Order: sequence, then structure tokens, then C-alpha cells
Amino acid sequence: MEDAKRNEQYNRYVSAKIPKTKWWPSLFNSFLVGGVICLIGQGIDDLIMLAFPEISQQSSWAYTLIILIFIASLLTGIGVYDQIGKFAGGGSIVPITGFSNSITSPSIEFKSEGIVYGICVKMFTIAGPVIVFGIVSSVAVGFIYWIISLF
Amino acid sequence: MDIFLDYLWAFLIGGAVCMIGELLIITTNITSARILVIFELTGVFLQAIGVFDYISDFAGAGINVPIIGFGASLARGVIGAVETNGLLGIFTGGFTATAGGIAAAIFFAFIFALIFKSHTKK
Repeated sequence: MEDAKRNEQYNRYVSAKIPKTKWWPSLFNSFLVGGVICLIGQGIDDLIMLAFPEISQQSSWAYTLIILIFIASLLTGIGVYDQIGKFAGGGSIVPITGFSNSITSPSIEFKSEGIVYGICVKMFTIAGPVIVFGIVSSVAVGFIYWIISLF
Repeated sequence: MDIFLDYLWAFLIGGAVCMIGELLIITTNITSARILVIFELTGVFLQAIGVFDYISDFAGAGINVPIIGFGASLARGVIGAVETNGLLGIFTGGFTATAGGIAAAIFFAFIFALIFKSHTKK
């Protein structure tokens, strides 16, 4: 009984101390930054289509994503992307640049633990689930599609 | 005028998708790994039911640059591979379609991790 009361008090204390993020500014910032990242992506894609009109739209997106991944990885390396992240929240996580940041950031942070156990292992702390769920869901979709195509 | 509309849609849809992500973070306090997985699976689902291409037609980068686009190419890849290779395509399709992005992300992360030092601890 005592414990339950104390836990309740403690929980109230903790929730009072947690800094409250204001909703509208952070939503607006993530909208702005996410939108701008997509604008840059659209610009790169249009330039690629202009320079190489013979490639397909899908290949053009693949090039665009690789360029964005490169930029985000470099910005993470020089410490700029984390500053953007503090400002933008979800706006810097949801685009493919956030995926790139989630791989580069722990690689650099755990570099001191060595190349194999630092960089190569910690690289997948966030990207691991993304790749695992990606493979599992694509195999599931492929299997369902294969079953349907039998009939 | 058309090109202006393209960019306006890319900005609005891309911004809205990211804002939904931020809303999820604020309301549920979930981590960025889960955010990425949720949006990726959304992309797989949208492509699997055939809706993604319609959105992509007008949203362009607004839907392809968020990780939803990554999920969509997983599903598009596996469906294409099942059509050409049958059973084997189930296992090869998804990874083949996204190999470019994954390889680029891993390669650049490795190179930049060798070059740069950590900025977080000062």
C-alpha cells in the first residue's frame, strides 16, 4: 500500500519534470524541414531526368535517394545534421536522410570501440530493424502475390 | 506552371508526412527506429494494394523521399521479381530493389565514420 502510494507520487513528480514540447511549433518545424528536404529531392530528380532523359523514373529516384543519403551522411559527419534534427524532430527522421543519419551517427559515435565492434556492429542499431522489417514484409508480400498469381 | 505545381505538391505532401511522424513522436514518445519502421511498412502496404503509384504521380518527391518510398520499392521489387522469376523472386525481389539505397547508406556511413570524429561528446 505504502509502495503504491510512493510510486504514484514519484510518477507524478517525474511527469511534472519532463520538459513539455510545445505542439504547434514542433509540428510546424517538422513540416517545414521535411517539406524542404522533399523539395531538394524533387530538384535533384528533375536535374537527373534533364541530364539523362533515357533512364526510367524509377532509376532516377534511386539516384536521387543515393545522392540524398550521401548528403545526409556527410552532414552527420560534420555535425550539422544533429543540429537540424534538434530543430526539426520528425522532419529529419522520416525522410530517407533520417535513415542515412541513423546509420552514420552511431558509426561515428562508437568509432572508439574499434572498426568491427564499434563501427560495423553499432551501425545497425536503428537501421537493423528497418532492414529486417523491410525484408520480412517484402517476402510476405511476395508470397501472397505468388499465391494469388497461381490462380 | 506545371513544374511549380510539382514542387508545391512535393513540399506539401512531404511536409505533411513528416508532420504525421512528429505527431506520433509527441503523442506516443516512440523512438526513431519505430518511426522509420512504421513509415516503411506503410509504404510496403500502399504499394502492395496498388495505391502508391497514384500518389507518386502527383506528389513526386513528397512521397518518394520519405522512407515510405523505400518501403514502396521493396514491395514493387518483390512483385516484379515474382512475375519474372516466380518462387525465387519472393526472396530476391525486395533486397534487389532497395540494394542501391542500403549499399549507399552503409558505404558512406563507413567512410565518414573513418574520417570524422564524434561531435556529441564535448
